[in-house]
This record gives sequence, structure tokens and C-alpha cells, in this order.
Amino acid sequence: MPIRFEVNGKQVTVEVEPRLTLADCLRQQLRLTGTHIGCDHGVCGACTVLVDGDAVRACLMLAVQAEGSKVVTVEGLSNDDGLTPLQKSFRKHHALQCGFCTPGFITTAHALLSEEPDCDADRIRDVLSGNICRCTGYISIVEAVLDARAAYKSNGGKP
Amino acid sequence: MKNTFIGSPVERREDLRFLRGRGQYVDDLAPEGLLYAVILRSSVAHGRIVSVDTKAALKIPGVHAVITANDMPGGPPIIPMRLQPLPEFKPFEQPVIASTKVRYVGEPLAVVLAKSVAIGEDALEAIEVEIESLPAVADWHVAAKNKNILFESQGTNRSLVFEARKGDADVIFASAPYVRREKMRTGRHYGLTLEPRGVMAEWDAARGRLTVSGAAKVPFFNRRILAKQINLPEDSIDMVENDVGGGYGARGEFYPEDFLIPFAARHVNRPVKWIEDRRENLMAMNHARETEAELEVACASDGTLLAIRGEIHTDMGAYMRTNGAVGARNVAQFLSGPYRVPHIKIDSSLWMTNKTPVGTYRGPGRFESSFYIERMLDMIAGDLGIDRVELRRRNLVTAAEQPYSIATIQPTNATDQYDSGDYRATLDRVLKEINWPEVSKLQGKLIGEKYHGLGVACFVEGGAAGPKETARLELNDDGTVSVFLGTSSVGQGVETVFAQIAADALEWPMERIRHVHHGSTSYVSDGYGAYHSRSTVMGGSAVLEATNHFQAAIREAGAKRLKCEAAAVKIDPDNVSGPDGQSFPLKELAGLTAEGAFLNKKHTYSYGAHAVHVTVDPKIGRIEIIDYVLVQDVGRAVNPLTLRGQMIGSLVQGLGGAVLEHLQYDEDGQFLTASLADYLLPTASDFPNLRCVILEDYPSPINPLSVKGAGEGGIVAAGGAIANAVANALQSFGVEPRQLPLTPTYIWELVQAGRQKQAAE
Ligand code: FES
Ligand code: FES
Repeated sequence: MPIRFEVNGKQVTVEVEPRLTLADCLRQQLRLTGTHIGCDHGVCGACTVLVDGDAVRACLMLAVQAEGSKVVTVEGLSNDDGLTPLQKSFRKHHALQCGFCTPGFITTAHALLSEEPDCDADRIRDVLSGNICRCTGYISIVEAVLDARAAYKSNGGKP
Repeated sequence: MKNTFIGSPVERREDLRFLRGRGQYVDDLAPEGLLYAVILRSSVAHGRIVSVDTKAALKIPGVHAVITANDMPGGPPIIPMRLQPLPEFKPFEQPVIASTKVRYVGEPLAVVLAKSVAIGEDALEAIEVEIESLPAVADWHVAAKNKNILFESQGTNRSLVFEARKGDADVIFASAPYVRREKMRTGRHYGLTLEPRGVMAEWDAARGRLTVSGAAKVPFFNRRILAKQINLPEDSIDMVENDVGGGYGARGEFYPEDFLIPFAARHVNRPVKWIEDRRENLMAMNHARETEAELEVACASDGTLLAIRGEIHTDMGAYMRTNGAVGARNVAQFLSGPYRVPHIKIDSSLWMTNKTPVGTYRGPGRFESSFYIERMLDMIAGDLGIDRVELRRRNLVTAAEQPYSIATIQPTNATDQYDSGDYRATLDRVLKEINWPEVSKLQGKLIGEKYHGLGVACFVEGGAAGPKETARLELNDDGTVSVFLGTSSVGQGVETVFAQIAADALEWPMERIRHVHHGSTSYVSDGYGAYHSRSTVMGGSAVLEATNHFQAAIREAGAKRLKCEAAAVKIDPDNVSGPDGQSFPLKELAGLTAEGAFLNKKHTYSYGAHAVHVTVDPKIGRIEIIDYVLVQDVGRAVNPLTLRGQMIGSLVQGLGGAVLEHLQYDEDGQFLTASLADYLLPTASDFPNLRCVILEDYPSPINPLSVKGAGEGGIVAAGGAIANAVANALQSFGVEPRQLPLTPTYIWELVQAGRQKQAAE
């Protein structure tokens, strides 16, 4: 069946099987491979994307449920000329190694900082605890998110 | 210009793509005409295969083929061992697909090739499998009865006994003034990678070429295996390393799928991709760590270690996989850790059981042995009334004793030496960092609802496995340089580290090192990969060698053009010039290339200490880490930023194995932890208070960079340190943890047992 939704600011129409997840739709049909699949069961957070501003696990949502909504993936939180303040902060703090979990952390942290640019370390840990990273041990990720708050604060929730 | 990129916290180049969702992992590849492979795995732990009927599955629209052992004339190939390939292990090696017997839940039985994964999964259900079940050998205790045998022709479930020997332990025990005996065990866990494994194979029938994507860790070795199995010359196969979502020792070994998918692609003459799902990953990727030890330690009355003796048993799972013997060997060889133990006699048995086979996981055997020795030391200190820090200090190998020889391993006759270092310095430093004199006042104290405890543990970490590594530099049209290597990346950030080394050696700006390519078989003539903390040491030293040859080649070419002596030629980032000021632009030599190799037989040994302050809630058995410090002397830190990432990252993996992670089976060999809801991994809120300190006091004497492998120090001593802290916290109940992981239930049981014992007394 055909569905229509907005991805990273562009309207798309795709033909999907009813059982196709949003994650597979993004990856396979729209070739947005920045969204990763680490468990396909809603546990690891690697597939996190923003749906109408909320961080959502794309492996737990069917593509048909995205009809009419605004979806933003890690590609949509990036630009060609350089890194965003959040991305810069991840790089500075070495908050990624293999990079497989990274898109999920970027989208999750972006949603958090957009809503709560004043959040403290405990709150950050709490929210990020839904995402698994096997490489970093998380300390540097929390530091990176803490450090990125300033960019969101000065701009009313926008980086 | 004199560069100092080595030693600086240079931000990583690979981050630019990862942070923007532009990494390219194997599942991101989707060539025209791609078919998806889905694998039917045994749901029976031990049994004889009666039939595998694929007729109904083949009728499903969208199913292209179903491959079973019957499609392999001459029977399915066997996967040879990569490390310790002893003849004794041969009969226990794994076939790429089961044909007569299944020996673990998860063993491949058939491969479906379909238009989509969903159709392939539908087809799995349509395959009819008949297996006559046999009694399962669910753990090493059952295996040791040798009643039900996995490989009948062998008559035993024991594939080998490694013997660690030094001095004459029996003589010492006969007259030792003090001996402590203990039985302990470590749980089964593994190097789970967040990116599941994947293989994509493309067969070019016209040219007879096979391209295999998803390679990692040891692509050259795996190519050799595959070439033999699939009957192609090695140079007709390209192994391509994509971005790799974590390795930790587990990814990149030759697994059954590394044959099955290329075979399938050639069979149907279409590109075929297989991406493991998480459930498969939990039951198909190498398991690790499950050992049990019965040990005796003999001491003088002042606590001087005299001898260690005992038996260790490893639950190997169903087959001897490529590096499956490493853990069982290391647990015996490194039992003495950083301590001076003159007499050692350990027998380490490898028992075949109906579980997923084991391989290495970061710090193989070292995590287990560190837990054993560190627990023993605390118990000995208690018995002898010696402060446990003092006991360690007395027994640590001193700088004057280096290089220090450890136990020899039979039957491989493997000897080894620690290379350099002052182990006490790291112990002293860790105590200072955690403020031991102050916090030690809290030992065993109940504050609020929780008991406070401290733990300390010391470790060595081996690195730099030889024999060789190769690198090549090539000059590009624009005057930049590309670096090619035979090592691999498994996500550690080697691109940046190698660029730092090359830029320093050339005395060029970093931007002039345009690319660092590694891991694929087409870049250099030979390569040995990423394991045993070897990438930086071996690969980095090879980059230095290649740089020397590269500069020599430029000088030689310059001499010809400038008509002067090669020695008189000067190279700067832009120009090549002669003694009389004549010069030409460097980029005119574009295409110039030079290879260099670093050969090495010795190992580096970085070392350090862990100290931890925990609280334990006795009512719920929950451990909380208040402060944790890891100090490690790495010889020389090429990039402190990425090194810290290795240290904290490996520490959290160690804590996961010590507290949370546990692969469990029931007595029928059924796998009980097949999802991330059952197999618990550390999350961001579990271990927030961790710190690390890097020391560079003892450069490695065995390589030109002076570096030591340092990717495992965090994991090795984590189990011992935390278990000691828990014992210390719960001393009023007489609690002595003797197994990992320290789950809430286990701790609660220990507290209950302690209470009952006290009530009875
Ligand atoms: S892939 Fe969606 S949560 Fe793991
Ligand atoms: S960086 Fe590898 S899983 Fe997070």
C-alpha cells in the first residue's frame, strides 16, 4: 500500500507491505542507512528517529503508522558543510568508537536537549539508558551531551 | 617541522562520517539483484539428523533456493583453527553446516535464499526437519562423566588438557606453611557487538572472482580458509572490510556463514547478503569465559606467594572454533597475573558440551584468571592477618625482575615474558587516586541501608601478537599520501592513530595523509589483522617502516631527476630538492609507493591496577559503584583521547561480565537468554562513576614506537576488583563471592547464608 510522509523535510510516497517496519522502510526503500538496526526488538535504541519531534524506535513502528507525520533521521540532523554543535561535542569527547550506536544517540540526545536544554547528568543518563553502546562505556557520551547543552540553551531549544 | 601528533588527543577522522549517518556497514550495501539469506538453525541441542525436507519451502513464491549439506559434494567443509591448531583438536572442529548430527541450539541446518528477509523467514517455517534427540551434555560436569559423548569416535568429551608449568609446585606444597584451597567459577558471556555480524558475497562468473564484504579482524587468514574450501585461488577472492560495528575478539573469526554465503552466491550466481538478527547473534557468535577452577595457593607466613596448583575446566561448547583454545590456555598461563609465583602447576581441561562454541572475548582467559587470583589474595590476606594492599605489594613483580618469565604451556611449549614495568607504581597511584587512606575507613560500614566496601586488583595485559604486519604508502596526484595496512579496524579508531604516526614520521601536516585504508585484502601483500591488542603496536610500527621506505624511494627518484646523490635529496611536504637548490614538485612523483613490514616475536605487557568503592544493599543484593579508578601504564599513548575510550569502554564491558551478563542454558541444552531482554548489558545509568589514569613511565623496549597494547586493561581485573569490594562490604556476614556474575540473587543468597551461619553459631 502507498504511504505518504515527510522525511528530513521532504515529502515522500512509498509503496510498502503492511508488515514493513519504519526502520526497514527508511533503510531499504529510502536508502537512509544512517538509521541502524541492533536488535529489531525495541531494546537497543540504534534505530531511534524523530517522529513529530519525539524520539521513537523505528523498529517498533510500522511504516504505515508514519502516514502523514514528520520523520527526521540522523541524516536530517546533519549538514554537508560541517558538524552540528551536538556532533562536534560527540567528536570532542570521543563519544563514539565503532559508530554503530551513534545515530540513535544523536537523535535521542537531540530530542532531549530540544525539550530540556537544562537537563542535568542524571536526567541525561536516565534518558540515554534506553540506548545501548557496547564500545564507549557511556561516560564520554554523557559528557558530550552535557557539553552540547549550551548550544541548545542559547537558541531556545534549537542547536 | 617537527610534529607531535603522537601523544596528542587528536579528534578522530572517522567521526565525520559516523556522526552524520554516513558510515557504511555491510548491511548498508544493496547491489542489483540481491538475494537475502536466512539460516535455519537447530532447535535441538544434541541429536542425529534424520531428514531436512526443503520441498515445501521451495514452493513459496520469492524463495530462490534452499541450501543444505546435500548441496556440498564431498560433505560440508570443516573450519580449521587459526590459533593453536593442534592435531588433537582436529576431530572437534566445526563443519560449516550440520549434516549428520547437531550439537548445539543454533547450529546451521539450511540456508534459504529469498527475495526478502520476510519471505525467507516464512520459508524457514516450511522446512521440515526431523532430528532424533540425544541426551544433552549441558555443562562440563556432565561432559566429564563421558557417558554421552558429542564426538563418539573420540571416546571422550575432553579435547585437550593444557598444562601450565613452572618450577616444582608439588615439592613446595608438601612443606608449605600455609595453603588455601578454593573452588570458584566465572559465568558464560560474550563479545556482543551492537552491529550484528553480516556477510555479503558477489560472484563474477565471467571472471571467476568472488568479492566478500563484511570482512573484519583477520581477512587475510579468512581468505586462505575460504579459498581452500571453495576451491578458488586466493587472489580470485577479495575480502572487503566495511565499517565495522564492534569486534571485541568475537567478530571477524571464520564462522560457518563465512563459507555458506559465498557458497550460496556462487551456487545461484547472484549477490547474496546475510545479516544476523539479535537472537541468532546470541546463539551463533562465539561465547566465552565459562570456567570453573579448583585452586590451591601456598604462601610463606609473611604472605609471600610460593606456589599455585590446581585444575581449571572450560565449558567449550560444541566445537573447537578458530580461536577457541585461547581462553583455556590463557586462564592457565596468566593465572599468576602480575605476581611473582615461582612454582606453578595448572591443568586446564577443555570440555565439549552442547552449547554455542566458545572463542575469544577481549581479555580471553585473563578476566577469568584475574578473578581467581585476586579473590584468593583477599582471602589469604584475611587468613594471615596481612593488609591486602601490602600483600599485593609484596608479591608484585618488581622492575628489577623484568623481563619476567611466566609459566610454560604444554603441549604447545609456549613460553612468555613480561617486557618491562614497575607494577607497584600503578598500585600506589590507584590508591592515591581513590584516596584509599580516607575511604578505607568505610570498609564494611553500614551507612543508611547500604554496606560500603573497597576492592583492589592488579593486572597485566598482553599485546602485539606477531609475527608480522605490513603497511604501504602511496603518493597521490595532489601530493597527499594514502596509507594502506594489513591490520583491521573493528571500530577502535585506527585510521586516526595511523595518520598521526605517518604524519609524525614524514613530518608533514595531518591533512597531507589523505586516506588510511585497512582491512581489505587488496591493499597490501599480506596482513595479520586486529586481535590481541596488536593494531597500534604492530600496524603502527609497520607504518614507520613503510614511511622509511617511502622516503628512500622518493630520494632515489629525486636523485635520478636532480642528478645528485640520493642521500643529498631533501623532501618537504611540497618539493623534492637537491644540494644545489634544484627542485621539482613532489606531486610529480604521484603513484610512487613503498611497502614496509614490522616483524616481531615478543609481546608487550602493559599493566596497572583497579580500585573500586562500592555499596551493597543486602536486602536486594544490588551493587552500586561509588568510585572506580583504573590506572594503566601503556608505555606510550599515541592518542590519549582514543586510549581513554579503550580503557573506559573495556572497563564497562568487564563490569557487565562481572555483574550483569550471563548466557544461560537449561539441563536439556535449551538456550534461555535469546534476547537483549534476557541477556543484560550495561546501560548509561549502571556505572556512572568511572575514572582512568594513563601512565607512560615504562616504554616498551620491543618496538620502535615504544607502545604497548592497551585495549584490554579495563576488562581484565574488573571481576576481581568488584568481587573483592563486595566481599569487603559484606564482611560482617562472612560473604566471599566465588562466582561471577554477581547477580542480585547470588549476593542475596550469600547474605542469607551468612546470616543463617551466624544464627547457628
Ligand atoms: S533496533 Fe530498534 S531498538 Fe534496537
Ligand atoms: S560506539 Fe560502538 S556501540 Fe557505541
